[in-house]
Amino acid sequence: MIANQLPVLLIVLPLIAAPLCVLLGSRRMAYPLALIVSWCTFAISIALIARVMQTGPIHYDLGNWEPPYGIEYVVDYLSGFVMLFVAGIGAVVLAYAPRSVAAEIAPGKQTMFYASYLLCLAGLLGMCVTGDLFNVFVFLEISSLSSYALISLGSTRRAPLAALKYLILGTVGATFFLIGVGLVYQMTGTLNMEDIAARLPTVGGPRTVLVAFAFMTIGLCIKMAVFPVHTWLPNAYTYAPSVVTAFIAATATKVSVYAFVRLVYSIFTPQFAFGLLPLDTALSGLALVGIFAASAAAIYQENVKRLLAYSSIAQIGYMLLGISMANQDGVTAGVVHMFNHAIIKGGLFMVVGCFALRLGSVQMEDWRGAGKTMPWTAFAWALGGLALIGVPLTVGFVSKWLLLTSALESGRWGVAILMLCSSLLAIVYVWRVIETLYFAEPSEKAKQATEAPLSMLIPTYAMIGCTLLFGVWTTYSAGLAGRAAASLLGGAP
Amino acid sequence: MEQVIGLFNYWIVIFLMMTGFYIVIARRNLIKVVIGLNIFQTSVFLLYITMGKVTGGTAPIIPPRIVAQHHHADEHAGAAHDSLAAETTQPAKSVAGELATQTEEIIYSNPLPSVLMLTAIVVGIATTALALALVVRIREDYGTVEEDEILALDIQS
Repeated sequence: MIANQLPVLLIVLPLIAAPLCVLLGSRRMAYPLALIVSWCTFAISIALIARVMQTGPIHYDLGNWEPPYGIEYVVDYLSGFVMLFVAGIGAVVLAYAPRSVAAEIAPGKQTMFYASYLLCLAGLLGMCVTGDLFNVFVFLEISSLSSYALISLGSTRRAPLAALKYLILGTVGATFFLIGVGLVYQMTGTLNMEDIAARLPTVGGPRTVLVAFAFMTIGLCIKMAVFPVHTWLPNAYTYAPSVVTAFIAATATKVSVYAFVRLVYSIFTPQFAFGLLPLDTALSGLALVGIFAASAAAIYQENVKRLLAYSSIAQIGYMLLGISMANQDGVTAGVVHMFNHAIIKGGLFMVVGCFALRLGSVQMEDWRGAGKTMPWTAFAWALGGLALIGVPLTVGFVSKWLLLTSALESGRWGVAILMLCSSLLAIVYVWRVIETLYFAEPSEKAKQATEAPLSMLIPTYAMIGCTLLFGVWTTYSAGLAGRAAASLLGGAP
Repeated sequence: MEQVIGLFNYWIVIFLMMTGFYIVIARRNLIKVVIGLNIFQTSVFLLYITMGKVTGGTAPIIPPRIVAQHHHADEHAGAAHDSLAAETTQPAKSVAGELATQTEEIIYSNPLPSVLMLTAIVVGIATTALALALVVRIREDYGTVEEDEILALDIQS
C-alpha cells in the first residue's frame, strides 16, 4: 500500500516537516526531526531506485488524476540516479551539521535553518522526480528561494549581499525558464513532458519553439553557473555557512544540469538541439573556456572556499562537455560526473567546514601547518583533492576516463588534449592547499587547533570514502548512469 | 495594423519585460533592482493570461441559467420516470437535447494558464518579500542601499 505512494512521500515528508520544525520552535526538537526526515527520504529513494531496477520506470499520478490532466511523477534511471545522490548527500550533510551550525549560525536562527534546509531538499528532489514542466519551475523556485535564505545566514555582512545577487540572477534565470514553458505550452497545449515530446513540432518547427528552447536553455544555464553567467556562484559559496555550502555546492547546480539533460534529450530531441541548432558546439566551447578560466581563477584564490567555488564552475564544464557529445560514453560521463563531483565537492566543503570550526578561518594563511595539528582532516582534503584531479582509483578518474573515450571515439582530439591540460590546473590549486597544510610553518591559529570532533569527521570520511569506493566499484554509479544514458539516447535501458 | 492591434497584449508583455530587465541590469539602487525584477516577472503573468484567452470566450463556469434548467430537467425526468407515461418523457428528452446544444454554443477561455499564474504570483511575492528582507539586512549592515557605495565599503574593510 505505502510502497505505491513512495514517489510522493519523497516530496511530502520534507515539505511537511519544514513548517513542523518552525512550529516545534526549539532547535533541540527541530534538529532530530530534520535528521530523521532526511534519512527517511534517503531510504525512500533507495527503495524507489531498487524498484526501478527491477521493474522499470515508475509513473505516479498525483492525486490519481491521470496525466496529462494531472501532474505526473516519473522515476526512471536518470531521475532516480540524481534523486538518490541528492537525498544521500542531504542526509549525510545533515548528520554532519550540528557542531558547525552551532559555531556559525546564531542560536535564534537555527530552527529556521533546519526548516529552510528541508524545503531546499524537497525542492531539489521535486525537480528530479516531476514529469511536469511547470512543476519543474515551481520546485526550482522552492529550492532556490530556500537556498537564498540559507546563504544569507552566513556570519559576515557580505552574506546577505551575496544572497541578493544570487536571488536577482536566479530569479531572472527561473523567469526565463517560465517564459520558455509558456511558449512550449502555447505550441503544444500540454505541460506533461512525455506529451510535449510527442507533440512538439521540432523538425523545421516554428520560431516559437526555437525561442522557447533558447529561453529555457539560458534560464537553466544561469542556475547551472555555466561560465559567462556564473558570477553569482563564487560569492554565494564563499559567504554562506559551511554546512550550506557543502549541501548547495554538492546538489543545487547538479539538479539544474539534470533538468537541462531532461530538456535536451527527453523533450526537445538531440536532433533538434545538436543537429538543427549548433548547441553542441556552443556548449563544448563555453565548457572548455569555463574550465580553463575558472581553474585559472581558482589558482589565485587565497580563500579556500572561493577556490573550491571556482573549481565547481570548472567542473560544471566537464559535465556540459560530456552532455554535448551526444554519444553513449559522453552522456554517461556527463551524468556520472554529476554524482562524482557532488560527492567530491560535498566532501571537500565538509573538510573546509571542519577547518573553519577549529581554525575559525578559511583563509589559506591561517591554514598553514594545520596538517600537523589536524592530521585526519588534512588527510581527508588530500584524498578529496586527488579525486578532484582525477587520479586513478578515485571517482574523478572514472568520469574523466569516460569523457576521454567519448572524445576520442567521436574524433575530437582537440577536446581530449585540452581536457588533459585542464587537469594540470586542478593539480596546481589542490597542491597549493596541500602544501600550505603540510609543508608550511604553522600559523598561530594552527598551533592551537585540535582535531575536528568525531561527529563531523565521520560524515566527512563517509563522503570522502565514497569517492574512493565508487572509483573502484562502479556498478551503481557509472553503471546506473550508463543505463540512464542509454535510455536517453533511445536504446534499450 | 493587425500587427499592432491584434498582438496588443504581446507588445505590452515585451515592453514590460524589457523595462523590468533594463532596470535589473542598469540600476545600482538595490530597491530599484528588486522592483525591476518584479516588473519583469509580472510581464510573464500577462503573457500566460493572454495566451489562455479565447476570442469571445467566457470564464469556464457553467452559467447559472443552464444549471437551473438542467436541475429542472432532472426533476422532470425523475417525475416522468415515476409516472411511467411515455408522453411525459418526450419533453424531458427534448429539454436535455436543447441543453446539450446550448452548452456547445458557449465558448470558454482556457483556465489553465490563469491557474498556473496563481502559482507564479505566489512565487513572485515570495521572491520580492525575500529580496526586500535581504535589502533591509544589507541596509542595517552597510547603512546604504546603493550598490556602488556598498562595494566601496567592502573594498575599504
